[in-house]
Amino acid sequence: MNTVIKDHSNAAAEFLQDKERARWHDETLWFVRAKRDKAAHNLDEWEALRNAASQIKEHTLSMLDDYLLEFEAKAKANGVHVHWADTAEEHNQIVYDILQKHKAKNIVKSKSMLTEECGMNHYLIDTGINVVDTDLGEYIVQLRQEIPSHIVLPAIHLKKEDVSNTFHQHIGTEKGNKDEVYLTRSARGVLRQKFLTADAAITGVNFAIAETGGFVVCTNEGNADLGVHAAKVHIACMGFEKIIPKAEHLGVFLRLLARSATGQPITTYSSHFHQPAKGQEMHIVVVNNGRTKQLGREEFRASLKCIRCAACFNTCPVYRRSGGHSYHNAVAGPIGSILAPNFDMKKNADLPFASTLCGSCSNVCPVKINIHEQLWLWRQKLMQDGYVSFAKKSSMKLMAGVLGNPSLYRVGGKLAREAMRLMPWSVNNKLNPWYKQRDLPAPPKQSFREWYIQNKKT
Amino acid sequence: MNSQEKIISEIRKNKPAARPLPEAFSVVADSETMLDNFVAVLQSIGGTVTTIQNSDDIEALLKQKLESGLEVVNGLATLPYYNLDDYTDKDRTELEKVHTVLLKGEVAVAENGAIWVPEKAMGNRLLPFICQELVLVIEEANLVTTMHQAYQKTTVNDGGFGVFIAGPSKTADIEQSLVIGAHGPLALQVFITTNAGSVETECARAARHVPGSV
Repeated sequence: MNTVIKDHSNAAAEFLQDKERARWHDETLWFVRAKRDKAAHNLDEWEALRNAASQIKEHTLSMLDDYLLEFEAKAKANGVHVHWADTAEEHNQIVYDILQKHKAKNIVKSKSMLTEECGMNHYLIDTGINVVDTDLGEYIVQLRQEIPSHIVLPAIHLKKEDVSNTFHQHIGTEKGNKDEVYLTRSARGVLRQKFLTADAAITGVNFAIAETGGFVVCTNEGNADLGVHAAKVHIACMGFEKIIPKAEHLGVFLRLLARSATGQPITTYSSHFHQPAKGQEMHIVVVNNGRTKQLGREEFRASLKCIRCAACFNTCPVYRRSGGHSYHNAVAGPIGSILAPNFDMKKNADLPFASTLCGSCSNVCPVKINIHEQLWLWRQKLMQDGYVSFAKKSSMKLMAGVLGNPSLYRVGGKLAREAMRLMPWSVNNKLNPWYKQRDLPAPPKQSFREWYIQNKKT
Repeated sequence: MNSQEKIISEIRKNKPAARPLPEAFSVVADSETMLDNFVAVLQSIGGTVTTIQNSDDIEALLKQKLESGLEVVNGLATLPYYNLDDYTDKDRTELEKVHTVLLKGEVAVAENGAIWVPEKAMGNRLLPFICQELVLVIEEANLVTTMHQAYQKTTVNDGGFGVFIAGPSKTADIEQSLVIGAHGPLALQVFITTNAGSVETECARAARHVPGSV
């Protein structure tokens, strides 16, 4: 894909052109956020759970090497093949080699943001392997040759008519039939056939347990289990931060995950894999792809605590109004914006700026990642290292100069008030993007300082 | 240096200073409302629940499905029509024809309607997912309040596979409209066998209700 990547603000401007749809997107995600609140408020111990989850993850990060080695040893003893991939390319190569060994041509895949991060689908498809995404939302975006716009709700940028048209074109559903039950059942029919004929199944991993060498995969549709249990080969791909010390910790994380994600008390299926079934082969690929580097960045390492619930997406006023594709990264939203610069500071320098720094993301995060602070810290780092555009950098420098000099600030403020009063067109014009969809209130006659000095004297 | 060694050595170089593991999470369990909570939550996520005192209702359901000509797998050896062993080694295309699967659940969780089904209870790992309708039977005595108690009561690595099942398969991937019945079962029915008639249980219940009793 050699398409030119638009930066976040330009892509967002495009997203906002369809006002109706943008409003629907905003309201629907806010509705999901509200469901999350209801589920969280139902539990008296919610904050205690968040604290526990955060502490377990912090402890785990401080002993990652021990836990990963323990996990590997236990998994091997369980009869599972464990592979290590330092890079995305190595991950893709490992998966490819396993598939080649089994002469596997038809693959079913359940949701795995890691394989999206590694660009695995394209890699495999280019070698002539058929990869079908079986999560309904991912299946829809795959048919449309798009990528998921949300890590939990992959097709949230689409409306029923889009799905209806896509299915009519690709799987022959009735033209114009937009009934969600009809469309879901039609996909069910097609995908169940894929499960019955697949040579191998690929899944992600929600949690890997050091103590037992097992791993947990959570879905609502049952697609991961249908794929895995029907196929001879199961390949599970995980970023190494998915490790947790003990099985009892699943109690904490499974109570938080679905409630934070969609407001459900738990996903329909929480599947615990420990050994391959009789006649089956099970592989786990443990992936780094830049995570050790992030671990070494003291101010950003907490991003590795993430359990991919997407609560920060749903609450983010910028995500809701710009759509996941504006983030040009496998993981969008606030968490994606603090993970992406670690991969490529140049390409992703715009993402930490795609935020109002309101802090809502940090408040809903079930593992208490200081997301908004990290966004702010990334901005500073990107400025320092010279990855921010000249215009943004020089306007910020100008701003810093004005704000740091009281007399300059006072003169500037007076001039601006006069200009806005006498020549409103000088600021409110097409050249000033601030005025898109909003207006400034009328400028006051005097500044607070002037008012204070005047009133203090009288 | 292979990738495993490289990753581990980089982790050792970059990881933060040691942080303590918090103590096991504990919650005060209100077992009085457990059954009511379980029923309410399971219904809210699309399951149907029946409390029973004997197996008459389950047997009637099995009979009715069989008489309608549907392929039924019964994994409860104490009931008539037990046939789970016939399905252990069946291949996926044969399993796809199965309509109803009846299995025993090991632990049921009141806070979220989830039921733990270990590999030994399902015979074939594909069965609870590929069938059109799933029926799970649990004992009231195996109800717990939260996931913390559930993990205490079960051993996740006893067998190669196990799953918490909470309701029928579902999706809201098309415009956030909830559809019950995605790729897996279209329906989940749960039978809870209560021991309400038993004198012993009545006594045990009475004891629980006495304030200050130990």
